[in-house]
Amino acid sequence: MVAVDDYVSRIEGTCGKEKDIIVIFKYDKKDDVTKRILAKAKLKKSIGGIIFELTFQNYSFRLYGSGKAIFRDLKDKEELNSLLAELLLT
Amino acid sequence: MLDSYKIREDFPILKRTVNGYPLIYFDNAATSQKPKEVIDVIKDFYENHNANVHRAVHTLSQEASELYECAHEEVAKFINARGMEETVFVRGTTEAINLVAYAWGLHNLGKNDEVVVSLMEHHSNIVPWELISRIKGFKIKYANVKNDGTLDYQHLEDLLSKKTKIVCLSHVSNVTGIVNDIKRVAKLAHENGALLLVDGAQSVPHMPVNVKELDADFLAFSGHKMLGPTGIGVLYGGKELLEKMEPFHGGGEMIREVSFDKKKRRCSIAWNVLPWKFEAGTPNVAGGIGLMAAVKYLKRLGMENVRAHEEKLTKYAILRIQKCCKKARIYGTTDTKVKCGMIPFGIEGLSSHDIALFLDNYGIMVRSGYHCAQPLHEMLNLDSSARVSFYVYNTREEIDRFGEVLKEIEQF
Repeated sequence: MVAVDDYVSRIEGTCGKEKDIIVIFKYDKKDDVTKRILAKAKLKKSIGGIIFELTFQNYSFRLYGSGKAIFRDLKDKEELNSLLAELLLT
Repeated sequence: MLDSYKIREDFPILKRTVNGYPLIYFDNAATSQKPKEVIDVIKDFYENHNANVHRAVHTLSQEASELYECAHEEVAKFINARGMEETVFVRGTTEAINLVAYAWGLHNLGKNDEVVVSLMEHHSNIVPWELISRIKGFKIKYANVKNDGTLDYQHLEDLLSKKTKIVCLSHVSNVTGIVNDIKRVAKLAHENGALLLVDGAQSVPHMPVNVKELDADFLAFSGHKMLGPTGIGVLYGGKELLEKMEPFHGGGEMIREVSFDKKKRRCSIAWNVLPWKFEAGTPNVAGGIGLMAAVKYLKRLGMENVRAHEEKLTKYAILRIQKCCKKARIYGTTDTKVKCGMIPFGIEGLSSHDIALFLDNYGIMVRSGYHCAQPLHEMLNLDSSARVSFYVYNTREEIDRFGEVLKEIEQF
């Protein structure tokens, strides 16, 4: 069975007041991840088709062609995991 | 004048691409890249000379010991210390400061004493003092920074008294790049009978540093920020001061003798000579030799030239940021005469991590967050900052490319 971990390489908590969470997707899965997320989330803006400002449910986040995404205002890793599960697995 | 294009040829990593773009490495304040010369010296050590240092009589050990001792001497000359007895090899700046905090602080600080630390310090020059303060009960007094990021010298002076036993200050801020007037602070500290510990992590790699001229009692710096390998750093201390101090770690190498008294059933211990008294256990020999190669490389370039090159790049980058991105704000002073080659900045509507990810997408590596200096960010009312920091291999063309990406970010 496919799991979130199959797509995610690392999750980096950041320092700074903003408490952003950065998700680094597995390099060989980045195109698949981008496709899946773009199919689910609502696109607000994009630069050259490689940087995407997105919303999904009540969350806003940014996805980069480099296979990284930055999520804001998440309570904890559990919330992030369920969000990623919704975006990638359903 | 440095020829950064020629210098780049010595750095294999600069040939790679990131996300399909040529690598632009602007995170030099965190760690520097390594020239082939340094990489080769480490490889050569493991391939041809590897052995444990000191006390063995065999050929390989003699060769390794000689190289390791040469490394100490080379580093001593680089900062104008009297000799290897004044240059203790440690893991890095953090360990060097911890060494002073524990080996000196635990034995010389008491309840009625005070330690003065500035608010622009890296956490590594704050946390060790807070830790020792919990054990010994002394007061820590924090010197303010002004709105432009410069040190408030008057406030620091006001904090000093006969109770002050040590002043702990960075030579160059790791966030703003501001260069502190160490000579001035040394004079103030010494007039009050206090010692001065200087965090040189951001100065020794980027400008000429002469411990005699600075009149610092301790100077801590890291090899990996000055083209050397990770896991090696230096604590400079005056010989007389280091001799008076108790050791930091106990073990092999740092002792001359451990003798068991059969009657008392205890061991009596005599310390080894400097600097080995502070280098317990098998040291990072390859790291030390790598650092020597890095120092030789920098000496060939000339530290005045390194400073001048970075000053020019910084001046140019400040102009590019201001021109290419109206939403950008540079934090701290933009006067390159009083700062080293780093620029902290933000862009309206974006977090520092957003900026770093944007740039990373185009192969440009910059730092984001607090840079281990949360108190400074709090003093300057910043949520976090993005930081570009330059070194000998960076070029104006790289800054131009950075400016172009900033333009794109602004449009987003």
